[in-house]
Order: sequence, then structure tokens, then C-alpha cells
Amino acid sequence: MTTPVDPFAAALDDDVDGSVVTDGSGAIDVLRRGLAVSPELRDGIRFTVLMALCAAAGRIVVPVLIQQILDRGVTGEGGFQPAFVLGACAVATVVVVGVALLFRATYLRLVTASELLLKNLRVKAFTHIHALSLADHTEARRGALTARVTSDIETLARFAQWGAIAWIVNTIVVVGVLAVMAVYSWQLALVTIVALAPLLPLMRYFQRRQLRAYDDVRTRVGDTLTAISETVMGAPVVRAYGLQPRVRRRLDETIGAQYRAETRAARYVTLLFPMSDVFGGLALAAVLGIGAWWGPGWGLDAGSLVACLFLVNLALLPIAELGEILDQTQTAVAGWRKVLDVLDLPVEVVEPDPGVQLPAGAVGVVARDVGFAYRGGAPVLVDVDVDIPPGTNVAVVGETGSGKTTFAKLLCRLADPTSGVLELDGIDLRTVGPASRRHAVRMVPQDGFLFEGTVTDNIVMGRDGAVRSDAEDAVTALGLARWVDGLSDGLDTEVGERGANLSVGERQLVALCRAQLADPGLLILDEATSAVDPETEQALAVALARLAAGRTTVSVAHRLSTAQAADLVLVFDAGRIVEQGSHDALVAAGGRYAALYESWLGNTRADGTADFSG
Amino acid sequence: MGKTRARNLAPVSDPAATRAIFVPGLRLVWRYVRREPATYAVSLVGATLFAAAAVGTTMVLGWATDEVIVPAFSSGVTEQRVRAGALALFAMGVLRGISIMLRRFFAFMTTFRTAARLRREVADTYLDAPLSFHRSRPTGELLAHADADILAATEVLNPFPFSVGVIVLIVFAVVSLVIVDPVLTLIAVLLFPTLALINRRYSRLVHAPAAVVQHRIGTVSAIAHESFDGALIVKTLGREQHEVDRMEAAAEDLRAARLDVARIRAAFEPAIDALPNVGIIVLLLIGSWQISLGRIEAGDLVQAMALFGILAFPVRVVGFFLQEIPRAVVAAERLDEVRATPPAPTPHAAEAEVLPAGPLPVRFDHVRFGYDPDVPVLADLDLTVAPGEIVAIVGSTGSGKTTVCDLLAHQVVADAGVVSVGGVDVTRADPEALRRAVALVFQETFLFAESLAENIALGADVDDEAIRAAAAVARVDEFIGGLPAAYETVVGERGVTLSGGQRQRVALARALVRSPQVLVLDDATSAVDPVVEAEILARLRSTLRTTTLIVAHRVSTIELADRVLYLDGGRVAASGTHRQLLAVPGYERIVRAYERGAVA
Repeated sequence: MTTPVDPFAAALDDDVDGSVVTDGSGAIDVLRRGLAVSPELRDGIRFTVLMALCAAAGRIVVPVLIQQILDRGVTGEGGFQPAFVLGACAVATVVVVGVALLFRATYLRLVTASELLLKNLRVKAFTHIHALSLADHTEARRGALTARVTSDIETLARFAQWGAIAWIVNTIVVVGVLAVMAVYSWQLALVTIVALAPLLPLMRYFQRRQLRAYDDVRTRVGDTLTAISETVMGAPVVRAYGLQPRVRRRLDETIGAQYRAETRAARYVTLLFPMSDVFGGLALAAVLGIGAWWGPGWGLDAGSLVACLFLVNLALLPIAELGEILDQTQTAVAGWRKVLDVLDLPVEVVEPDPGVQLPAGAVGVVARDVGFAYRGGAPVLVDVDVDIPPGTNVAVVGETGSGKTTFAKLLCRLADPTSGVLELDGIDLRTVGPASRRHAVRMVPQDGFLFEGTVTDNIVMGRDGAVRSDAEDAVTALGLARWVDGLSDGLDTEVGERGANLSVGERQLVALCRAQLADPGLLILDEATSAVDPETEQALAVALARLAAGRTTVSVAHRLSTAQAADLVLVFDAGRIVEQGSHDALVAAGGRYAALYESWLGNTRADGTADFSG
Repeated sequence: MGKTRARNLAPVSDPAATRAIFVPGLRLVWRYVRREPATYAVSLVGATLFAAAAVGTTMVLGWATDEVIVPAFSSGVTEQRVRAGALALFAMGVLRGISIMLRRFFAFMTTFRTAARLRREVADTYLDAPLSFHRSRPTGELLAHADADILAATEVLNPFPFSVGVIVLIVFAVVSLVIVDPVLTLIAVLLFPTLALINRRYSRLVHAPAAVVQHRIGTVSAIAHESFDGALIVKTLGREQHEVDRMEAAAEDLRAARLDVARIRAAFEPAIDALPNVGIIVLLLIGSWQISLGRIEAGDLVQAMALFGILAFPVRVVGFFLQEIPRAVVAAERLDEVRATPPAPTPHAAEAEVLPAGPLPVRFDHVRFGYDPDVPVLADLDLTVAPGEIVAIVGSTGSGKTTVCDLLAHQVVADAGVVSVGGVDVTRADPEALRRAVALVFQETFLFAESLAENIALGADVDDEAIRAAAAVARVDEFIGGLPAAYETVVGERGVTLSGGQRQRVALARALVRSPQVLVLDDATSAVDPVVEAEILARLRSTLRTTTLIVAHRVSTIELADRVLYLDGGRVAASGTHRQLLAVPGYERIVRAYERGAVA
């Protein structure tokens, strides 16, 4: 998918392991770019960080305060001093409650700010992706595009809820603890740093190994699911061909492989977790040993050493937590980068504002030296020259990949030609206003994609401001009243997700009604290749004929009958129009089209149907 | 799969329900663990060891304060004693580490082993169950049992040892506290249940909004999927702004739900954080008072405070196990139900009858069949096919064409009447022999994630030449030859994707390579280009000596048959050549409809 000439491809393609092992040095760069895209993050962030600082400081102050009370009020030289203990405890209580309140406020501020940022970023990315030309919306990239506004933003959201605040607070706590310890004894602070230092790189090392091991687990889980799905989806074949022993063997292998991969991954998780305990033990031992032996010489006292031990314990949890969020942070940064990369993709089809209005009525089409290539890809269309007078019924034929569908897409400006020009009624298509173009040019794609909702909901999408009665009119005009009556709730029938409650043919009928609402001067039809049940086929034929009347139509044809009935046939091959003319003229000419026609006639006795797309 | 997972997350906020499910939860753990006693025992030992080490650390700290630190700064201390203190602290850290490793690794192992075992059992059930079992259940549901349900049922094994360790820890800590000072224990006894209660309240309050968040993430994701899948329509209709508005509303809802959760978190988390500190201050106050009265020593107070630290930790996580239980119990029940499916019956080898050689005759004698007994698909169906004859079966949707094919291959069993192949009742025929004799090719082709050669041979004892010959008749040889690895090319998710027509041709080759005595094509070439289909049928006719039944939707295919059977109302309504049957009104109507609609 990725081509070296295309610097943007990375934004659209899901790299397999890039998200896992991203170079940490890019984090600052991502943050800078992210701030440029979401300036709202800056608002009030200083105050929030200040509050976090106070909250974190409070977390250190409390244990230190308690230690002080113990030292001076209880075990100190003056013995038990009730007044001091009481007073100090009161202060400590105030600090504890204050810290809790401060922490609460900080958390709310951070989450409110980050949630707003995430929402805006999501909508921004979504808007941008829809603005990209259809050349970027290829089948292969669709999943990646969806991931940009779903899972990638979710990794950021997870980070915003926990990781972000954990970074701020834990870093401050660790630094603060070490600073306080340095006040007691800089030597012991140094000892602690040396003892705990290997923890972070070690945790990171094991995390990477663990992530890789989990990648393997995911692959194995996929294999197992595939094997199990064979027993379910392949149930008829398995029984008809007696394949149980074979399938069982394979299942046994994949399930075993999954178990082994899981156990391997568990090894790293197992090693990762107790590391802070071991290193914590090491730090405590070092501080105790060194403090007790050399401490008296440094002028340390017993209370300070106990305090230092206490502080080591205090630093352990935040360090362990920092280790745990390293990986989450990496994932979040990688996700953020991907979203930002998508936002950096240039929008190729720029709409004119307000643009030229197309006149009503059938539209004439002229293509002059039109060429097209996908971003960084080989040319799909080369030097396409054609003149279609208004009201002509055109059939476009050719093999899969010949460029016939791309030609149809250019006609409704789903992408712009990379060379040459397309004119509708003598007007460069790029200068036509978007609203006018959408009314004048209408494409009915072969999959007849429907949105969840009723049949009416889907039909009225055909024109801004259309209402139910318009939908009814369209249905009547196309002679589909009988079909609608046959639906369970008529026009109020729920079509289901992606129109799943309707058959392929019925979805096309809805798409035709949509087009009827717009009353286009140029109708572009992408004929379905999949089979349609006979009754619907009949309804489709009638509706199509009525819809096409009085308009210029360009049909991407898969059937001989369509080509036979056309005024003009365009034969595409390898991105060029190799022949054009009427069906009869082309057959008489004895060229490529004639050969196609002959091979069909020679092979079947049935009438009128052929699939040119192979 | 996502929906199934969501279904598993049944809300459990009723305390009575929690109690009622606790016992089944323990029973579930016991049932699964009984099969892996050794690994789980190690895990439990680790968990107990952890509790001991955690308490041990505080004891060592207390001891070190009194015996190492205090003397070090007053009367002096020996080098050995300092070493002993340092070593003891380090040893405690290592012991904690080792205990965690033992607990986690062996708990993981138990979980994974149990899951693997359950997976094998469920898959075995699927393999052995009759076809009717598969027909009556949606694929997604069956896959969910093997995936989400097994995960949910076994995940409970992981936190259980930890919970056991935590309980041991609590007992240890409380007992140690009592030894130090009963009065100080009282504070703990009062404080920690409060903390537990607050935690409980917290998880209950956060449950519903958290579920809302999950739901809204799903909505956002659904909109993104739908919107980008329909990008072509969105663009042609100029509905970008409408789609953006839709996404914006969903994203806003998600934001609001997340903030609801954040507000609850903001209320509870700092309080839960602060409570142990409040407890320590109280402990300090009471403790110093006790010291001043001479009842305890300073070291006792230090130790008591450390024990407090231990207790604060497990109370937060003790809920993990409880949270997992309800899901696990429900999932385990579903798994039990599936595993209870009896395997399909097979005739005893002793009474199995042998089939003759060569093309076989087929006969249906007063056959009745219905998935639902009240709605018969076939009502008293009679038909005969002579050896070597090519018969097309035509009928409207639901007329029982596929059922005839399934009955013939003994995929389903007739409610009444006899289906015989080669004069042998299929229910009495040796199943192995019947499978060799009758090759059934489906419209929905299933290819295994293996090489094309393996997909065609499917374990049959055939050489490469036979595979190539079959592929040639099925007109898929050229296509396969053009692939980089030819017949060794792996198909499926991690290999090449084949078009519908290519898949059907591979499936046809799969049947042909077995040189069947009866070939049943259940709409098996529907996605094949009509020109190619005509060629395939011509080759079949010239190369194969077999009885052939074809369910077809193309006139060109129907015309190639020796004879056509017209099915209507669960019976054979007419039989004859295509031209003869055109006189039958119902047949004529269907065939005309095929002609109009026939597209590749």
C-alpha cells in the first residue's frame, strides 16, 4: 500500500508495529504540532499545572509532617509534648484535606480541558477526512481512516484520563521526595537514586518485550478464531466431506500455539510487576546500611534516617506507576501523531465559493485530454477525449481496472482530473458551485449504500429540505408504489444497519428515488454486478427507464442489454477510450467491442445478458 | 463480537445478587481449578507468601528502627548488625518479588490452560454436533462462545489467588496490630471497613455512567464506520456537513458521559487517597497518648503505622475478584449449555451397507421434511434420477431445492420416507462410503485458510495431477497458475482473497477431484461468469461419468440438463425437458424472470 513517492501514505496506512515501538524523541514534536491544531489546550494549563504542583507537594508534606510529629513531639529529647502533637496534627489534618480538595480541582480541570480537546480533535479529523477526495477513500484505507477518529482518539482519551495526570503528579512527587531527602542527607538521596535508577530502563525493556509477545498472542488468537470459525462456518463442508479429523488436528495445533504464546507473554508481565518491590527492597537496604554505618559521621540523627526510609517507600509507588504508564504514553503519542498526520493531508478537491450555476435540463459533457492518477500511483486514465451531447444515453464498458468507474467518478467531481479538463455545458466542472453540481449531477453507485433509518429518511437525503411527500412523489414517479406497499411498514420501514433489511436490488431502488428527488441533468449509473431477484429486477428496469428520461445518462455497464440500448458506447481499455460509437456501428466495425459481443453470442443461447467485467 | 461482549457486561449492583452469585463463583473456580491443581496451588502459595512478606517488611522495619538505627546514633552498633538489617530489608523485597512472580505466573498458566481446554471442548462440540445445530444458531453466537465466553469464564481465575493473598494479609495485619496494641487495632477496625464501604459505593456509582461511556464510544465508532463506508454517497449527496453534525453530537455526548464519570472519580479518588492519612493522624494522636502513658514504645507506634500502610492497599483491590464473578458465572453457564449438545448419531459399522460402483441412481420415496415440523419444506416428495443422468432442479425461493440436496448427501435426515442412493437407504449406508460417493457443492463456498492444493484435496488421497485435472474442468487452473505460489498459495485472511466466482470454482474442483458417483451442485456456479459456466458444464458432460443434480438459476444452465424437475409446494410439480416444461405456467414464469434478471 505504501509507496515511496507518497509522503502522505503513512497517514492513511496502518503500520503494523510502528505504533508499538515509536521513537520517544518525537513526543515533543507531536506535542508541538498537537498544540498548533488544538490551541484550546493552552487555556489555563499553567494554572492547572500549578495546582498539580501544590497537590503533589501536599502528598510529600503529609508524611514528612507526621514524621516530624513523631520525632519532635513523641520520641524527641523533650519527651512527649501534647501541645505540639495536637497543634501539628491539626496542621496535618488541614493539609490532608487541602490536598484532597486541590487534587480534585486539578483533576476536574485537566479532564474537562482534555475532553474538550479530544472532542474537537475528533470532529476536526472527521470533517477533514470527509473533505478528502475519494481517491483517498480507497477500500484498503477505509479501516485506517476509521481508526483515526475512533481507536486512535480513544488511546489519547485513555491517556488523558489517567496517564497525563499521573505523569505530572508522579514526576513532581518523585522529584519532591528526593529533594526533601536531600535536605536530610544528600548522600542518602544519591544512594536512593543510584539504587532505583535501573528500574525505569528495565521496565521499559520488559514492556517492549511484552508488547511484542502480545502482538504474537494477538496473531495466535486470530488463528484460533479462524480455526474455530471453520468448524462453524464450514460446518456443511466439514460434514459433507468428512473433514472432522483434519479440522480437529488443526484446532489442536492452533489452540496449543495460542497457549504457548500466552504463557510466553505472561513471563514478561510476571517479571515486570514485582520489579519495583525488588528494587525498593534494594533501596531500603542501601539507605539503612549506609545511613546507619556512616550516618553518625555525617551528622545525621536517628529521626532523619527513619524519615529517609519513609521517603524511599514514598517514592516507590510513583516510580512504579511512571514505569507502567510509559507504554500507555507511547501508544498515545503514536495515536496523536497519526491523527495529526491525517489533518496534514491536503484537501485536493477545493470547492469554489459561490461558484458558477449550471443551467437546468439535460447536461452536455465534454472531456478534453483528461488524465487521472491516484496519489503516488500509476495513471488510471490517459488522454480521455469525448463529447457527449445533452440527452445522450451513454454506456461505458471495459474490463475491471480499465478506468470506466474512475471516469464516472470524475464526472461528479469525487476527485479532480490530474490533467486535462471536464466541462459540463461548457463550464469547467471545478468552477461549478457545489450545491448546483449536486443537483445537476447525480451518481447512483452500485452498492446503493443506505444509512440506518427509514426508507423515507434515506430517500429525502436526495435533496436538501425534501420532506415525506417529496419521497412519495419520487416513488410514484418511478412506478415503485407497488414495491413500497410490499414493504413491512411501507415508506417507514427501517432499513437497518447499512440497509441490511433490504435486498441489494431494493437498496438500488431507494438510491434511484434519491436521484429522482434531485432531478439531475446528468445521471451517472454504476450498474450492479451482483444478482438481483427477478421481481426487483423488473421494478429496477422500469424505475431506471423513467428516471433516465430527458436526462443525459452515463452508465457503467455490466450487461450487454444496457450497451445495446445506448446511443453511444465508450469502450475503455487500460485507461483510454479505445472505441466509441453506437452498438451497431461498433459491432460492424469489428474491433474490440465486436469481439466481446461475438464471444458472448458464441457461448450462450440465452438472451441479452453478459458481464463485461469478468 | 462487540455486541456479544457488551451483553456479557450485565450490571450487577444489587447486593443480594452479589451475595447470591458469590457461592456459584467459588464453585466455578473450584470446578475449573480441580483440573489444574498443581499450578493453581503454586499460585496460592505465592499469594500467601506475598502476604507474609508484606507484613514481614514492616516487622523488619520496626526491628531495624529499634535495634539498628536508634543504637547507631546513640550507643553504637556492630557492623554485623547493620549488615543483617540491610540484608533483611533487601531479602524482604526479593521475597515479595518472588511471591508476586509465583502468584501471577501460575495463575496465568492455570487460566490459559483452562481456556485452552474449554476451547478444545467447545470446538469438539461444534465438530460433532449435527448440522441442524449449526443451522439453528447464528454464527456470531457460536463464535462468541468460543471467544468472549471462554475469556469471561476463565478470567475470574486470575484475581482469585490475589484475593486469597489479600485476605491472608488482612488477617496477618490485624493480628499483628493486636499484638502491638489493641487500642490501635480499634482504629484500623473502624477505618478500613469505612474505606471498603466508600470503595463499594464508588464502584457502584461509577458503574452506570461507565457503561454509558462504553455505549457512546460504540455510537461514535458506528457513525465513523457507517459514514466512511458510505463516503461515496455522502459526497454525491453533499451530506458532509450533516455527517459532521451527527459526529459532533455523538462526540459531545461521549464527552458529557466521560465528564460524568470524571466528576464521580473526582469526588471519590481524593477522599480514598486521604482517608488512610487521616487514619494515621488519628493513630499518631492516640499512639502518642499511649506512649506518654507508658503503655507502648516508640517502635510499636512506627510498626503500627507501617501496618496501616499495608492495609490501605488491599482494600482498594479486593473488589477485582468480586467484579469478575457475575460475568464469569453467566459465561460458564452458557458454555455448559453448548457443551451439553449431543453429537450427531452415526450408524454402527456393523449394519452399514456398501454402495455399488459407477454412476448411481437416486430415489426419493414419499419424503417429508421440515425444520419446523408444522411447516414442512418437503411434503411427500417422490423423485428418481437414473444413473449418469443430468437433472436440473428449478423452483421458487423456499420450494425445497437445497433441502433435496442436503437430504441426498445425508446432511439432514428426512422426517418420513426414504432417500436412497445406489439402492441403499442413506441412513443405513456406511457414512464414509456415502461421502465418497456423493459430492455436494454449495452456493456459499467455504475455503479453509490453507493452500489451494490442500483446499481442493481436503485430505483425499489424490496426487497433484488429479488436482490439476479437476481444477482444469472447474476452469480455475488458469487463475491458480497465475498466482505467485500457484497451487501452494494460501487463501483466507492471511493469504489471497478470492472472488465469489473463483471460490465457487475451487469448491467445484474439490468435488470433482473425488470422482464422485453422484455430483450435487446446489447453485454452485451462481457467481461464475455465464460464459465460463457454460464451458464448465460442457467439460463436465464430456469428462465425467456421474449422476448429476443441478440447482440452477440461469436458463443457459437449465437448458444443458437432460431433464428438469420443477419443485412447487414441497413436491415435484412437473418433470421433463426445458422446452416441455415451458408449457407449465408456474415454471414458465420463473424461467422468464431468470432470463430478465440473469446477471453474472
